[in-house]
Amino acid sequence: MEENVMLKLTDIHKSFFIGTPNEFEVLHGLDFSVKQGEFVSIVGASGSGKSTLMNIIGALDRPTSGDYVLDGVDVIKAHDNELSAIRNKKIGFVFQTYNLIARTNALKNIELPMLYAGVSASKRTARAKELLEMVGMTDRMHHNPDELSGGQKQRVAIARAMANNPAIILADEPTGALDSVTGRHIMDIFHELHEKQGKTIILITHSPELSRETQRIITLKDGSIISDEPGRTVSTQGAIEEEVTEC
Amino acid sequence: MLIWENITIALAGLKSNLMRTLLTMLGIIIGIASVIAIMTVGNSIKSMVNSNMMDLGANDMTVGVTQRDSEDDVRDIRDTDLITVDMLEDYKKEYSDKIKGIALNVSAGNGVVRQGADYANVAIEGVNADAYTSLNNDLLAGREFIDVDFDKGKKVCIVSDKFVENLYEGDNKKALGQTVEVECYGKIYDYHIVGVYKYENQMIISGQTKDITTSLYIPLLTAQNQTHYTSGFNYVTVVTTPGIDGEAFAKTTQDYFNIKFYANNDAYEIMAISMASMLDMVDTLIGGVSLGLSIIAAISLVVGGIGVMNIMLVSITERTKEIGTRKALGATNGSIRLQFITESVIICIIGGIIGIILGIGMGMLGMKILGYDAAISSQSILIAVCFSMAIGIFFGYYPANKAAKLNPIDALRYE
Repeated sequence: MEENVMLKLTDIHKSFFIGTPNEFEVLHGLDFSVKQGEFVSIVGASGSGKSTLMNIIGALDRPTSGDYVLDGVDVIKAHDNELSAIRNKKIGFVFQTYNLIARTNALKNIELPMLYAGVSASKRTARAKELLEMVGMTDRMHHNPDELSGGQKQRVAIARAMANNPAIILADEPTGALDSVTGRHIMDIFHELHEKQGKTIILITHSPELSRETQRIITLKDGSIISDEPGRTVSTQGAIEEEVTEC
Repeated sequence: MLIWENITIALAGLKSNLMRTLLTMLGIIIGIASVIAIMTVGNSIKSMVNSNMMDLGANDMTVGVTQRDSEDDVRDIRDTDLITVDMLEDYKKEYSDKIKGIALNVSAGNGVVRQGADYANVAIEGVNADAYTSLNNDLLAGREFIDVDFDKGKKVCIVSDKFVENLYEGDNKKALGQTVEVECYGKIYDYHIVGVYKYENQMIISGQTKDITTSLYIPLLTAQNQTHYTSGFNYVTVVTTPGIDGEAFAKTTQDYFNIKFYANNDAYEIMAISMASMLDMVDTLIGGVSLGLSIIAAISLVVGGIGVMNIMLVSITERTKEIGTRKALGATNGSIRLQFITESVIICIIGGIIGIILGIGMGMLGMKILGYDAAISSQSILIAVCFSMAIGIFFGYYPANKAAKLNPIDALRYE
């Protein structure tokens, strides 16, 4: 295996039964790998298979055939409980709809992945507070999700994704429900995680503009990769703002 | 995942839907409360009956003439079938260490005593010395029977304070020495009042009524002279020495009589029952009745349990997205299942505890209305707690398992 490879997908096929005898293939043998510390975006129109691909990368679903190795772990061979552990420790999910647990404050939400990982209460709280500070939400730690704005919820969600220090951050349209200014702030957090902490981030989006901010753009169409090219590396906020105004 | 975290999550969830939680609990509350109330009343009646029977004589044994089982067409009982005084003398001699006394009773019929407009109903009871002693009556005035009363068949009687209340304005002293005329089956009998005993109300309904019939005790021989009924007894009550094995002695007694006196009797034999085994029988009977009623009440618990299951299914549907998120964050099927089972167990246990408190209250109120002390059984409380927990697990398992088996992708996408 190549050096520094964080995840490697080989000849991934995924089919769905849509009533016998018909089988509908969504992914037609995808091959790609992501290096450690890479910031990759997967773009494609709806129906291109990017959600299906995201589910497979996120260990939420199994491919019909193919190989998938994540951070040295063979995901294909994992049992259900092992998949839970992979999701828990190796993957940090950020969803478009935030998916914070209702009636549970920011602090407890961030503690949740650590709770499932069996981290002791004192360590959980300490780590959660550290993460809240990182996303600038310390003053809101005792607020429930319904008392937070969209941008604040997404910050908490990012902090939660980072809880167990995962191998990859898997962000599914993280700015999709936010206005452009708030969305900008969220993207800045991702850039910060990438640059300062060297996180491997996979961003799933339908927006070409967002994908251009990442190091590498994988474009999907009808279940196949039609292009895999470098994006524009934007490292400073100033340059990004310029980019936004240009558009 | 720690149990405590689950409890915290469950409590938060239940609190956010307080009304719904309370209504769901209501089924469990009613079920547990009715079981506990029935068990409390059953228990109280049992201990009340026990203590009453103990008052009657814990060491008593009833020896009576009974039909042989094998006979199809039994002839009527004859004088020769009865227990005679001679038999009893032999028996008493044989087991003198185990017999404290043999109580003999002859019922001389019910009668009425009139005094102007006042009247009192009495049941005339002929008793021997042992029979009178075993009654454990409290003497309020005058004296007990003495040997000469029994030996000579004197026309003396001991009456109840209720009798005195009806005829002598409750003045016990005034009653002593009076001669009463009892009208019984068209005949008039005279007795001289020598003593007054305290009437113990054995009935559930408290008797303030004037018409209540109380016992008027006379010596056995007096009663026999009056009824000309001297051949023997249908049954006698043997007062045994305290500390002996009542049941074993009952068996010995039965064998003694049947071998010695009834071996040649074609239709009748002797049966001896100790108070201990009678108590057992009564306990079994009351226990059985209250268990039966409890089972009927427990049906409402099952209905309550179905209510819990129903609401858990609703809750899981509402929280599908939450379940998906938890799974994405690393929750295993087991921890999701545990989370929802914890929730239903909490509903049931809280409902169970409220039900226990309510049930004890209802039971105590019921016994207060009947006028007796309530005996709360700690056992039934323990059973109720365990049972409500079991209902929580049983009816929570199916919904919890359904939640645990949700496909994370579908759950995450659920709106």
